[in-house]
Amino acid sequence: MAISKKDLIHVAYLCRIGLDEAELDSLTKELEKIIEYIDQLKKVDIKNTSPTSHVLPLKNVYREDKTIPSLDPKEVLQNAPFKKDNFFKVPKVIE
Amino acid sequence: MSLAKLSIIQLREKLDKSEIKPSDIIADLKSQITKIEPKIKAYAHLEEAAFSTEFKSSLLKDIPIAIKDNICVKGQLTTCASNILTGFRPPYDATVIQKLKSAGAVIFGKTNMDEFAFGSSTEHSFYGPTHNPWDLTCVPGGSSGGSAASVSADTAICALGSDTGGSIRQPASFCGVVGLKPTYGRVSRYGLIAFASSLDQIGPLTKTVSDNAILMNVISGYDPKDSTSVNVEVPDYTKSLINDIKGIKIGIPKEYFVEGMDSDVKKAILESIELLKKLGAEIKEISLKHTEYAVSVYYIVATAEASSNLARFDGVQYGLRVKENSLIEMYKATRQDGFGKEAKRRIILGTYALSHGYYEAYYLRALKVRTLIKNDFANAFKECDCILTPTNPSPAFKIGERLSDPLTMYLSDIYTISVNLAGIPAISIPCGFTKNKLPIGMQLLSKSFNEEMLFRVAYTYEQNTTWHKEKPKI
Repeated sequence: MAISKKDLIHVAYLCRIGLDEAELDSLTKELEKIIEYIDQLKKVDIKNTSPTSHVLPLKNVYREDKTIPSLDPKEVLQNAPFKKDNFFKVPKVIE
Repeated sequence: MSLAKLSIIQLREKLDKSEIKPSDIIADLKSQITKIEPKIKAYAHLEEAAFSTEFKSSLLKDIPIAIKDNICVKGQLTTCASNILTGFRPPYDATVIQKLKSAGAVIFGKTNMDEFAFGSSTEHSFYGPTHNPWDLTCVPGGSSGGSAASVSADTAICALGSDTGGSIRQPASFCGVVGLKPTYGRVSRYGLIAFASSLDQIGPLTKTVSDNAILMNVISGYDPKDSTSVNVEVPDYTKSLINDIKGIKIGIPKEYFVEGMDSDVKKAILESIELLKKLGAEIKEISLKHTEYAVSVYYIVATAEASSNLARFDGVQYGLRVKENSLIEMYKATRQDGFGKEAKRRIILGTYALSHGYYEAYYLRALKVRTLIKNDFANAFKECDCILTPTNPSPAFKIGERLSDPLTMYLSDIYTISVNLAGIPAISIPCGFTKNKLPIGMQLLSKSFNEEMLFRVAYTYEQNTTWHKEKPKI
C-alpha cells in the first residue's frame, strides 16, 4: 500500500508534529520504502491465530485502594517550561 | 594499572582488603575519562558522583556504574539524548536506581544513546554520535552505544542499558563487552522512559559474565510500581557461574545462517560452536520458521507503541517549549523542533499503523504474526536448553554509512529483534574479532525466567576463551 503526501500530512497532524516541505518529501519516500517492505506480512497465514499484544498472561492488575503520599507539587512543577501557582500554563484554549 | 580497567569483582577484592579507597576508583575513572572521552564521546551528561553513605556489605558497595540517559536518576539530567527533554531533572529515581543506591553503588554519569532509543548506531543523538573504541570511525552500535563504549574503553566499570529490539546486545557485540536483555518482567521498568512498553527491558553491560550476574542480582525483582514486572523469586545468579556445560543441548536455528552474514562473523560463530561441543554441549539444528517476518512485525509494534508513549512530550510538563499562540500550534512546533529525524519517522509510522483504515491491515496483523514468532521459540525450547546465534550479521559499520537508508539499518537487527517479540532473555558475549580487529558477538537465548542457563553457558565459554581480556588501543 503506497503512502501519499496527503496521507502523511494527515498522519503528521494526528500526532501533532509540524513538518516543513523538505521533511514531507523525504519522509514520504522513506516511509514508502519501509511500508513496501512491511507489506511482506500479507503473505503470512494468520487465519487461526490470535494476537499477542503482550507476552505475559496478565489481565487486570489491581492494587489496594489505599492513599499513599505523592510527589510534592513543587517538585513536579520544577521542570515545567511555564507554570503559574500549582498549575502548568499553556496557551489559551477557549476564546 | 588504572583501577578503571578492572572488573567489579577485582575492585571488590581490593576494596575488601583495604588496598584501595573508593575515592581512588573515582579518581582513576576521571583521569581515564579526561584522556579517552573526547575521542569516543560515550557520555551525554557527567555530573559529580554521589557516594552512598549507608553501610552495606553488598558486592556493589562503592562501585561506580554508568546509566543510560533514558533511566531516571533523581535530580540528575535525564534527557533520552533528545532536545525535547532539554534540562529535565526527574523528581524521582527509577526502581533500578533505587536498588543500586541501596546496594551502595555510585551512580556515575549518563551515557549517550540514540534519541529515545530509536536506532542501532547511537548516531541519532541530539549530542552527536558516540565512536567505537575499537575503531573511532565506526559506530558503537545502539541504542545503548554510550553504555557499551564506556565499558569497553574503561571509562566506566559497568553500565545499565535498555533493550527494545537489541539495544543492549548489539552494541555489546560491536564493542566487545557482555550485555544481557533479561526476560520481559524480570526487571522493573518504573522510571525507564518508555519507548515500546511491551518490549522494553533494562539490563546490564559489563566487562565479564560474572559482573553481569552480580548486577542482575541487584536490579531484578517484582515491583508494584511496574504492573508488568513478574512476582517470581529471583535466584542468586552468581550460583550459575559454573564452568561446566556437559549434556546441555544448544540449538542452532537454520534460518539464521543464510545469505548476508559477514564471513568473519560466520567463521567466529562456527568455531565457537565447535568449542562448546568440545566442552560437552550437545549441538542440534532447530528451526525458527517465521524469522524473516520479525523485522516487519517489530517496526509496526514498536513504532505503534512509541507513537502513543511519546505523546507525553508536548511542551507542557517538562523540557522544550516552542512559543506559539494556540495550543495545537505550540504542540506542533515543539515536537517539530524537539524531536530528531528518526524520532519523527517512527512516531509518524506508528501513528499511520494505528490510524483508521490501517489498524487491521498493519497493527492487528503484526500482533498475530508476533504470536507465530513466539510459538516458534516455545517449540524450539522443547528440543534444546538454549539457542546460539550471531548477535549481528556484521561487525560495527562506519559512522554515516547507513544513515541515509533507514530500512538497511532496521534489517541489521534481524537476530536480536525476535527475542523482544517473544519476551525471552538473551545475552551477547565476545566470541572473536574480524580481520580488521573489530569485535564479534555471540548471542545465547533461553526460555523465559531462565537467565541461569545463559549465565552458565556464557561463563563456561568465557572461562575457556580469552576474547574478553583484549582491550581496544585508543
